[in-house]
Amino acid sequence: MASVARNVLILAAALAGAALSAPAAAQNEQFIPILSYRTGPYAVNGAPYANGVVDYYNLINERDGGINGVKILIEECETGYATDRGVECYERLKSKGPTGAAFINPLSTGITFALTEKTATDKIPIITMGYGRADSKNGAVFAYNFPLLGTYWSAADIAIQYVAKELGGFDKLKGRKISLLYHDSPYGKEPIPMLQVLAQKYGFDFTPIPVTHPGVEQKSQWLAIRQNRPDYVLVWGWGVMNSTAIKEAAAVAYPRDKMIGVWWSGAEPDVTPAGDQAAGYKSLMLQHGAGKFLVHADIEKYLYAKGKGSTEPGKIGEILYNRGMTNAMLGVEAIRKAQEKFGKKPLTGEQVRWGLENLILTADRIKELGFEGMLKPVSISCSDHEGARYGRVQQWDGKGWKVISDWYTADESLIEPLVADVSAKYAAEKKIQPRDCAKET
Amino acid sequence: MLYREAGQFKTNYAEDMAIFPIRQDRIALAILLGIAFIGVPLLASFRIWPFRTDYLLWAILLPFLILALAAIGTNILVGYCGQISLGSGAFMAIGAYSAYKLATGVHIPLAWLGFAIAIPPLPVLASILLGGLMAACAGILFGIPSLRIKGLYLAVATLAAQFFFDWAFLRLPWFTNYAPSGSVNAPELDFFGMIVRTPVERYLLCLLFVTVMAVLAKNLVRGNLGRQWMAIRDMDIAAELIGIRPLYAKLTAFAVSSFIIGVAGALWAFVYLGSWEPLAFSIDRSLELLFMVIIGGLGSIMGSFIGAAFILIMPIMLNVIPTELGLPLSTQTITHLQFIIFGSLICYLLIKEPHGFARLISIGKEKLRLWPFPY
Repeated sequence: MASVARNVLILAAALAGAALSAPAAAQNEQFIPILSYRTGPYAVNGAPYANGVVDYYNLINERDGGINGVKILIEECETGYATDRGVECYERLKSKGPTGAAFINPLSTGITFALTEKTATDKIPIITMGYGRADSKNGAVFAYNFPLLGTYWSAADIAIQYVAKELGGFDKLKGRKISLLYHDSPYGKEPIPMLQVLAQKYGFDFTPIPVTHPGVEQKSQWLAIRQNRPDYVLVWGWGVMNSTAIKEAAAVAYPRDKMIGVWWSGAEPDVTPAGDQAAGYKSLMLQHGAGKFLVHADIEKYLYAKGKGSTEPGKIGEILYNRGMTNAMLGVEAIRKAQEKFGKKPLTGEQVRWGLENLILTADRIKELGFEGMLKPVSISCSDHEGARYGRVQQWDGKGWKVISDWYTADESLIEPLVADVSAKYAAEKKIQPRDCAKET
Repeated sequence: MLYREAGQFKTNYAEDMAIFPIRQDRIALAILLGIAFIGVPLLASFRIWPFRTDYLLWAILLPFLILALAAIGTNILVGYCGQISLGSGAFMAIGAYSAYKLATGVHIPLAWLGFAIAIPPLPVLASILLGGLMAACAGILFGIPSLRIKGLYLAVATLAAQFFFDWAFLRLPWFTNYAPSGSVNAPELDFFGMIVRTPVERYLLCLLFVTVMAVLAKNLVRGNLGRQWMAIRDMDIAAELIGIRPLYAKLTAFAVSSFIIGVAGALWAFVYLGSWEPLAFSIDRSLELLFMVIIGGLGSIMGSFIGAAFILIMPIMLNVIPTELGLPLSTQTITHLQFIIFGSLICYLLIKEPHGFARLISIGKEKLRLWPFPY
């Protein structure tokens, strides 16, 4: 009798053990965490972006069976755009999956700042496509930060180049008044040093005008703009701040075609709430704009036709959706590149960093991926973590975005000294010994 | 049964005035401190469940300890002295930014006087404590209106502190050492030559601060000063009649409370976030601290810990549980559900026990002491 009881106990223990160990992940999976915000004050912009990210990873799994056979495992974590929640999400997700997080996209400049030091210790690359800290372009100091496809300093330079072109030359900038209406957070403040450098160089009068989070209260700012009558207003807003800015501009009769938003101020949710008042509003493009390309056909075929999409089919091809997709694609390509060196298996963050630092997307490769027309060639290296500095200008005509300019390239000779200066300060503060990029392979 | 005082006699005044007069309480506390100081670091360094990853230590325990400390500070002001404050977030920010300035070197150019004040970078430990001191000074300053106004009116006056410092740290580049983005990085945490870097070290550092300050606060509220605060809270006119000076009592409450909150703010910035912007100490933080104190129990040090745990950990748990169970819910739904459940829990709790968790526990203790005689 006693032995029966003992056997039962052993069996129960074995079952309990099996039950506990059952959810162990399959070994051939690459874990990619997704920090997103589908709730909170910035949800209108956060949700389409997150949908694009999720759809692209799912497409890789559905169409290709993963990256060279390594399935992508994703988990989303809601940050609500709050920095401390972002840190919590990062800690929760960083060591999931067989090899831990491949990389992290914080999707918030504030969270990027908070995570910069942690990710370097944990050896997980932090990809901040088109946002983040501009000085982290310097890979020698910021070994794990990748502000891919453009920083706010590049954006500021491109915006001024466009203004100069519209005025008829850089010499025409002299004596002009340009205001920056910015979100009062690290995100909005980031372009200021670059614009100050540009103002000094070209002799225009630069006025920064802050708007407090979340940005619905802008009456006094627009009063100041009405009094000062700047020739151009650059808009560095996010979420509801952008549409409010357009409405307020209409209220004080400031011409919308003299407003130029950064690429985070130029998506559909920014202009549609302002209705007809938004017609004429311009914004920079982070290479891609709205519209469907070859890759969207695959997404429709492999995901939406099977009911596996994450948004309404009508929203595919919106600007933020496309940006999320592009962001995910760059990560996937980095993993693919790293697999060439480390083998076709799940990789650690450190290995993926090598992939990022050696990632070169040629025009042919971009075409192969179905991103032709959305992206120009990208080439990332140890010393240049930005990879590309292109931009265009688009204009909202009341119904859709129209590209109205040629390509601009940010002026390296102006940005580089500022990057060197600010990143050297960071290195000194944190006692970081900059890497010697010439010696790295 | 286990919790009975029979046989525990007090034979002198010292025993009668002990913080924990009951032996079982002392044992329980010793075990708790043992787990916190020895057990957790040991488990974490050998990576034993549930410390297999840094998550529990870094994303749960660290913020819990720091916010509990801030809640103790808020509780001294709101719970013990009855001065409702909505400016706790601002005092955290003052602690954080003053500590940052002191740890990176202060330079005040006084060109019109022909000289400059320059203080070389101070050690981090000194900066954190001095940051608390700066917060205490600001607390006294913003406590002065409390002599004329009270209750909700005072809450609005402290709200002014919140908005003023939010503005100052956002707008005046001097506070952020002219950082281009307005976001500042904490200096390396150097304690007596030892660099605090790993989560375990950070945890122990915070634990040390929290334990020392909680014990100090507990003794303070048991003593002369604490009794003055409570007298003011219960009826300020009666307190004045029996010889308590409201000026002294209220301003000391503001000073002690802001000091503790300031230290917590410095720890939050230096140890937890590492890099921060004023949004980390916004009005939301003030409200959160007030909720912690109300849920945990007004006028209870232990309640501050429980309140902090509830307000901080509950939403995270509600967020994590569906994912861990593998429920196919979108993050959006989970977040909305979390708001609903969390809100209803708070409503339910406040109806069932308006004096917070601390009161619930003391009722339990009383029942145990009388058990099995329910009279």
